[in-house]
Amino acid sequence: MLSLISKRLLLVIPNLIGVVIITFLLTRALPGDPAAYFAGPAADKQAIEQIRVKLGLDKPLIVQFGRYVADLASGDLGNSLTTGQPVVTEIKNRLPASAELTLFGLIISIVIAVPLGILAAVKQGSWVDHTCRVVATAGVSLPVFFTGLLLVYVFYFLLGWSPAPLGRIDVFFSPPTQITGFYLIDSVLTGNLGSFRAALSQLLLPGLTLGIFSLAPIARMTRASMLAVLASDFVRTARASGLDSRTVILTYAFRNAMLPVVTTLGMVFSFLLGANVLVEKVFAWPGIGSYAVEALISSDFAPVQGFVLTMAVLYVVLNLIIDILYGVIDPRVRLEG
Amino acid sequence: MANRKKSAGRIVRKELGSLPLLDVHGLTVEFATRRGVVRAVEKIDLNVAKGETLGIVGESGSGKSVTSYAVMRILDRAGRIAEGSVMFSGLDLRATPEADMRDMRGREMSMIFQSPRLALNPIRKIGRQIEDVLLQHAQVDSDAVSERAIEMLEQVRIARPRERYHAYPFELSGGMCQRVVIALALACRPQLLIADEPTTGLDVTTQKAVMDLVVELTRERGMSTILITHDLGLAAAYCNRVMVMEKGKVVETAASSAIFKNPAHPYTRKLMRATPRLGISLRSLLPEEEAAKARPLTPLAKPVAATPLLTVEKLVKEYPRNDAKSTLAKLFGPKPAKEPEAFRAVDRISFTVGRGESVGLVGESGCGKSTTSMMVMRLIDKTDGLIMFDGEDIGEIRARDFATLPLRKRIQMVFQDPTDSLNPRFTAMRAIADPLMRLGNVPRGELTSRCEELATQVGLPLDLLHRFPHQLSGGQKARVGIARAIALKPDLIILDEPTAALDVSVQAVVLNLLQDLKDSLGMSYLFVSHDLNVVRLLCDRVIVMRAGQIVEQGPTERVMSAPEAAYTRDLLSAIPHPPL
Amino acid sequence: MTDTTLPTAPPAAKVESNSIFRHARYVIAENPVTGLAFALFMLIALAALLGPYIVPHDPLASDTAATLHPPSFKHWFGTDQLGRDIFSRVVVATRLDFIIALASVALVFAMGGLAGIAAGFFGGWTDRIVGRISDTIMAFPLFVLAMGIVAALGNTVTNIVLATAIINFPLYVRVARAEANVRRDAGFVQAARLSGNGDFRILLAHILPNIMPIMMVQISLTMGYAILNAAGLSFIGLGVRPPTPEWGIMVAEGAGNIISGEWWIALFPGAALMIAVFCFNLLGDGLRDLVDPQRRT
Repeated sequence: MLSLISKRLLLVIPNLIGVVIITFLLTRALPGDPAAYFAGPAADKQAIEQIRVKLGLDKPLIVQFGRYVADLASGDLGNSLTTGQPVVTEIKNRLPASAELTLFGLIISIVIAVPLGILAAVKQGSWVDHTCRVVATAGVSLPVFFTGLLLVYVFYFLLGWSPAPLGRIDVFFSPPTQITGFYLIDSVLTGNLGSFRAALSQLLLPGLTLGIFSLAPIARMTRASMLAVLASDFVRTARASGLDSRTVILTYAFRNAMLPVVTTLGMVFSFLLGANVLVEKVFAWPGIGSYAVEALISSDFAPVQGFVLTMAVLYVVLNLIIDILYGVIDPRVRLEG
Repeated sequence: MANRKKSAGRIVRKELGSLPLLDVHGLTVEFATRRGVVRAVEKIDLNVAKGETLGIVGESGSGKSVTSYAVMRILDRAGRIAEGSVMFSGLDLRATPEADMRDMRGREMSMIFQSPRLALNPIRKIGRQIEDVLLQHAQVDSDAVSERAIEMLEQVRIARPRERYHAYPFELSGGMCQRVVIALALACRPQLLIADEPTTGLDVTTQKAVMDLVVELTRERGMSTILITHDLGLAAAYCNRVMVMEKGKVVETAASSAIFKNPAHPYTRKLMRATPRLGISLRSLLPEEEAAKARPLTPLAKPVAATPLLTVEKLVKEYPRNDAKSTLAKLFGPKPAKEPEAFRAVDRISFTVGRGESVGLVGESGCGKSTTSMMVMRLIDKTDGLIMFDGEDIGEIRARDFATLPLRKRIQMVFQDPTDSLNPRFTAMRAIADPLMRLGNVPRGELTSRCEELATQVGLPLDLLHRFPHQLSGGQKARVGIARAIALKPDLIILDEPTAALDVSVQAVVLNLLQDLKDSLGMSYLFVSHDLNVVRLLCDRVIVMRAGQIVEQGPTERVMSAPEAAYTRDLLSAIPHPPL
Repeated sequence: MTDTTLPTAPPAAKVESNSIFRHARYVIAENPVTGLAFALFMLIALAALLGPYIVPHDPLASDTAATLHPPSFKHWFGTDQLGRDIFSRVVVATRLDFIIALASVALVFAMGGLAGIAAGFFGGWTDRIVGRISDTIMAFPLFVLAMGIVAALGNTVTNIVLATAIINFPLYVRVARAEANVRRDAGFVQAARLSGNGDFRILLAHILPNIMPIMMVQISLTMGYAILNAAGLSFIGLGVRPPTPEWGIMVAEGAGNIISGEWWIALFPGAALMIAVFCFNLLGDGLRDLVDPQRRT
């Protein structure tokens, strides 16, 4: 098991190196001149030049890259030009908001999609099966921002059930004391039920939006995988041995079917991290997605760089966890690798 | 858990007296397909007495497997029993509710299938899989179940059962996996065991071991067995009675000795004749009328011309070990890194093939015969040694470069799997034309007529030339492959198990075709096979390989009747012989 | 020389002609949903081609007297904040989104497909290099990478197409590589070598035609994804610039008005988006059923 983890870690390093290099290149290519922006509209050419030197933008690319890596190593992601704050701090503050939202959405989708996929496969051809197929295809076709807007229109404007999409918690309540940064968990831990309800009601619509978005690929993959496994030889043996349906479906079929689904989770995460940005814009969620979008519009490259880097590192770590999870479920990977 | 407790003792075993254990009357099974309803099995009768072994023999499409699936009621969604009765131990299986049927499966009747490794859950320890069956049928309490499982493993002769309990299927060999499957089937001591082609894909020696085990265990327990197979020899060796099926109908049922000595039905006779066995010639494989019409065989060629066509000397093929252990060892181990041991698939073998000669290369799986044939074909490169073809050193030419050389025309191949070796997007005509187009220097206008000539030579009806592989039968595809191989009039053809995937009656025809083509076109053959009976019929000399080395070689008759090496003797004795 | 004494193969069973029309008719009859998707696809293509010529109003013409009107006979989809007719804008936007999708898919199929089959077939260094490039791209959450590329290179249609192509590259490489790899050792490839085909000829004439059906499925599915991607980028301001009519940007323009109840501004372009993507996905599913009935989704 340990050798599996260490092998995977080794493979991760070249990926991280690639990510760092590409992020650097991308953001150096951003249009607009940060030096001019920083200097202000009244500055003359000389002043802009001075600022450029101060920011180190006159040095050759290699040297800039060297400084960049050195800064990274010491945990310095630069400062945002628009707010003046260190990027690391802002990302650290905003990350829990995005993480809570994404996890909430993912849990909703798994809880619905996996049983739906299993049922659709077991009762092939029934109405459950057809519903699953329609849901999967429709879900994959819905633009995530559109879903969000629709939900807001229906549940806020028409039905009035949901609060206004203006952030993580209603103005009348105060956020719970910070322990993990996850409002739901913190409010439960501190026994603050009022805040819990407020935070939950704000979380519902955006979480549902993300949930609907990731529902489709998970349901589709679960169904396809279960179908394939249910038709396999070892399930035939299990049936011929008289094992009851629960054992056959759950212990024999499902555990094997989960393997491709776990791998799909990696792809789903990639989509989720992207969809996050869009959903945060629709619901004015104070996460790192909206942070990055605001910075992009003003050509403020340090936050953008920090954002892309954080997302990529997060993604690499998530994939590592998925690989390890796969190894836990599948002994062939563990023992042969 | 409550479910499991209930299952014990619901169906009580009756005293049968002289009644058969399984009694099937007028069984008809239908499948709903895209093209309407298909009758896979039509009005068949069969019965199995207590303690009896019944063999069901037939070629592909005969419905033999479908029958057993119907009895156990594990048919596909699209299949159903349309008519007939299935009585098991006095119980009407068709009227039995599914919950009771589930009780019956594994406890009263069980089944073992082909492809043993695929039949086991790949991510569950084999010990636990046996436990699942034991617990399901409430054979034993949960604290005693592990011991029982280990006992079962012992009974199927798996060494070190306590250790192997924790193994996963991928860690075991094919033969061991089949033993585990047998353990699963027999764990609850059922009355009936259905074995559906249990030894297909296994080596001949493993096959014998597995069948002997099954017979021993079932006799011990007084079980009845149904053995489904396409191998007549197997049926003869292990069954009391044999039932022959063709296209969904029962053609003949008789005691084993009677059916082999005096087959009544023409189809049975055709099958018997088509089975390769001792002491006959190729022509005897064909049905009597065809054999009478066929041209008499040319007598075995005398020792051939001085220089052999193909000379192989001290040929070696090594594969470097490239697994995780060695990679990590290279990275983190002591420097300088010890080169990990390479795997020798072929270990310094030498042999020749003369002009006009047919040489057989036999051995079990993993012996290196296929690797050898690939090297001679110049599809893979050798590691060391000499390959001389008609005086030229072809071993030195890289496989990559060989394709476009004129020498390529002279060495061709007939593949094992006719489906895999034909491009699914090419018609038969296009497939046969390919070598002519690339190397044959045949002008465009003449391609069609050349292809038609070749098709006629191999007995392929001309209107089939416009079909795609999925629209052709196994035998037709084999003929297309052969036509393609002889298109360039090669000197040497390597045949890699060319009839292994074919029904025995089709095999009979194809073997005769191969012999006639060889004689009329003056080619030499290198015939790679694991089937000694087939080799005996077609080859002048035979080479026996094992673990990458040649164990014995010589004239076929001599090697087969008076083998010198112990391994050859083992191989020969493991082949089940029909008493024909 | 023919040998008439050996039995020939049994008489051939009747098989219908292999004409492509018969095949297509059979498939559509089997699967009416695919037929519907195909009809929808033709409708969209038609709208893309003829859109600008048949719409009732000029998509760019603003009419300050008629802002924020709900759907009516004059304006079927209502008007937006600048008084522009939303119906005309939605129909005209079809062309842009369709072109973006088509261009990016064509680009990634050419790059990714060829790189993939070369990697799968030749293995070795080709495989390693293509694999590295693919892994590097995949190390980023894909939409984020697209954002980064468009932000870095500028808000033009070309860059959107390029970004979409790049983020889909790993997927095409993976599919093409897997298919080529499986076929690399297939009997018919070895037979092709024996017939005198060199490596490149095998790749193009033998392997590629066998892979095409699966790639067609991928292409159809990616068309939908490409449209969503472009719309998403436009939504956050990284796509096409106003006043160009494009579905994503129109949804962005109408997003703020949802809270005040003016649903038509965002709904119609959003619905158009959904229908188009849905159509491409259904088409892809239908193609997949055609190509490999065992993989029915």
